[in-house]
Amino acid sequence: MADCRETLAELETYLDKELGAERTEEILAHLKGCTDCQGAFEFHFELRVAVRRQALTDEVDEGFLERLKGCFGEEILGDTPGR
Amino acid sequence: MGVREEFSTDAMQFAPQLYSTALRMTRNRADAEDLVQETFIKAWRAFDSYQQGTNLRAWLFRIMTNTFINKYNARQRRPDETELDEVEELFLYRRIGAFDQSQFGVSAEDQTLQMFTDDEIKNALEDLPEQYRLPVLLSDVDGFSYKEIAEMLEIPIGTVMSRLHRGRKSMQKALYQYAKDRGLIDESLLETGN
Repeated sequence: MADCRETLAELETYLDKELGAERTEEILAHLKGCTDCQGAFEFHFELRVAVRRQALTDEVDEGFLERLKGCFGEEILGDTPGR
Repeated sequence: MGVREEFSTDAMQFAPQLYSTALRMTRNRADAEDLVQETFIKAWRAFDSYQQGTNLRAWLFRIMTNTFINKYNARQRRPDETELDEVEELFLYRRIGAFDQSQFGVSAEDQTLQMFTDDEIKNALEDLPEQYRLPVLLSDVDGFSYKEIAEMLEIPIGTVMSRLHRGRKSMQKALYQYAKDRGLIDESLLETGN
């Protein structure tokens, strides 16, 4: 089983879902019995949720969306080299 | 529906997300709109090289990231410079997460989610130097894997990981400063450990 230092060192990799299955098991086993590390993991997980949600709240201009639809037209392909 | 028509409909559903990321990359609306538009035009023209069934979202983000890097000469491959202050591990957690939750009048779970405004989160992202900002955006906001980010930025996976680590810490420090400026943090509590 991993200790606190090892567990906290894997925090980001774990939250990034990039930790191997075996290592994930070890980290989860440690978290079960350690409220300190649990607190740190939960805090960073919540922070991730906040960042993702709040960084995507930009209003998109309707006129811009209309212009974007114009990107998919025959005339755009017309001046493609080799066509 | 033809494959090209289907492609444009599918691509349009990613427009808001691409736009938000473009806005964090360029830091202004006009450039962000141009960047997304240029991305869609390039994607439409390169449609023949797009493999049906592969991840369209990743493909579009890859085109947009490349376009941004080339257009703004934002070289990603240079070695990491010491543009960022060293920030201790678990910086924000040790100052905010370990607090007595009751002073905020919200439950522990809601606390982090309600602490920062949208603008603070966006500014903290936008203030990161480019070489850290791009990996953090692509990971924390857009949810791409280390491998996908390494391919988009043409840097090794180890570099993606170290830039994410340093970039996130720097962002946490900025968020802490925002919270402090708004008077949400009483530093005397930290010092006495109460």
